Amino acid sequence: MKKVYGSASEALDGLLHDGMLIAAGGFGLCGIPELLIDALVESGVKDLTVASNNAGVDGFGLGKLLETRQIRKMMSSYVGENAEFMRQYLSGELELEFNPQGTLAERMRAGGAGIPGFYTKTGVGTQIAEGKEVKQFRGEDYILEEGIFADISIVKAWKADDTGNLVFRKTARNFNPPAAMCGKVCIVEVEEIVERGALDPDHIHLPGIYVHRIIQGQHEKRIEQRTVRKREEA
Amino acid sequence: MPWDRNQMAERAAQELEDGMYVNLGIGIPTLVANYVGDKDITLQSENGMLGMGPFPIEGEEDPDLINAGKQTITELARTSYFDSATSFGMIRGGKIAAAILGAMEVAENGDLANWMIPGKLVKGMGGAMDLVAGVGRVVVVMDHQNKHGDSKLLKQCTLPLTGTGVVDRIITNLGVLDVVDGGLKIVECADGVTEDEIRAATEATVV
Repeated sequence: MKKVYGSASEALDGLLHDGMLIAAGGFGLCGIPELLIDALVESGVKDLTVASNNAGVDGFGLGKLLETRQIRKMMSSYVGENAEFMRQYLSGELELEFNPQGTLAERMRAGGAGIPGFYTKTGVGTQIAEGKEVKQFRGEDYILEEGIFADISIVKAWKADDTGNLVFRKTARNFNPPAAMCGKVCIVEVEEIVERGALDPDHIHLPGIYVHRIIQGQHEKRIEQRTVRKREEA
Repeated sequence: MPWDRNQMAERAAQELEDGMYVNLGIGIPTLVANYVGDKDITLQSENGMLGMGPFPIEGEEDPDLINAGKQTITELARTSYFDSATSFGMIRGGKIAAAILGAMEVAENGDLANWMIPGKLVKGMGGAMDLVAGVGRVVVVMDHQNKHGDSKLLKQCTLPLTGTGVVDRIITNLGVLDVVDGGLKIVECADGVTEDEIRAATEATVV
């Protein structure tokens, strides 16, 4: 089956419907599926629930889908970088479900691994535990968290071969593998598609079984907080 | 003289032992990295990295290489990268020896509040709840009092909690206190600060 598509819009064709749940990779603006987000904006699909650690910034990343009001609900751990997000949230236009970062990552991983729920110590005794089942193991309390089963995953990797085997680069890996795992259909954008055999099988970060559609494109890769030291300090 | 930010960070660095894997929060905890000396410490960045290096030299920033505060950083010879689920697996699984974090409030039973002020902009807890629930030891570095002069070491937290009974040690501008049975215990005073001064500045029970 051919996995490589010509553009982000082509790769999303036939997969979108209003009210769907999308899992997105990325941390801050690092390793986000920028091209697929642009294609979602173009598609006009709406009432989306998006599971993503962050919500982009104004005018970039998921911030674009917020500006067009296509997102109804975010499942995130940290959303502090986005004024439009805050405006919509405070005015009640946007729903927000806070997830501790590790819980969000594990909920995605679990969904992808066929695990509908798991117990974690994270958030016990806090607001996050409200309404959740508490169970004791070895004398300590744990809360039940549910796996995320997304309609589609949108993911950014560094390189792919045409069978969908993926390699990520540095900290741009972040939420991309767990997000990729938890979608019924996973669409990946990469900087380079290489011939099969060009990636060392021992160095594949995510096997192609999780990947259904691939596109190659140019990425802006915007830096959120440019921090440097002077050459003489080095 | 109470400690300044750098002296607090320097004192916090004494908590770290050779061979430790450690997670540093943003703010003063980040400065702790400047004072580890020749101890063999590996810094974890919860977005998916062990062996975090210093900020890059100007012109060498890499958008694919950031820390949990979204700042550009560098890698070291020992660095490894992994995904977020693996990263929090090592946090939740107790593999990280210590986390050094900032806080808004700490209670005498070790409750910690550092993620949300009701009525103000809520940005989210990020990885803080996972860290305090999972790491071996939680050291809080913060000012002893807020800008109104009120104690941040309380009998009970007033803000929404990040974790319950999770704090082991608190390093403030006035000194070092441990969470023990019955309240907080003064371990050390900043230079020129007396135990009585710490008691007077502390709402929590000091045992």
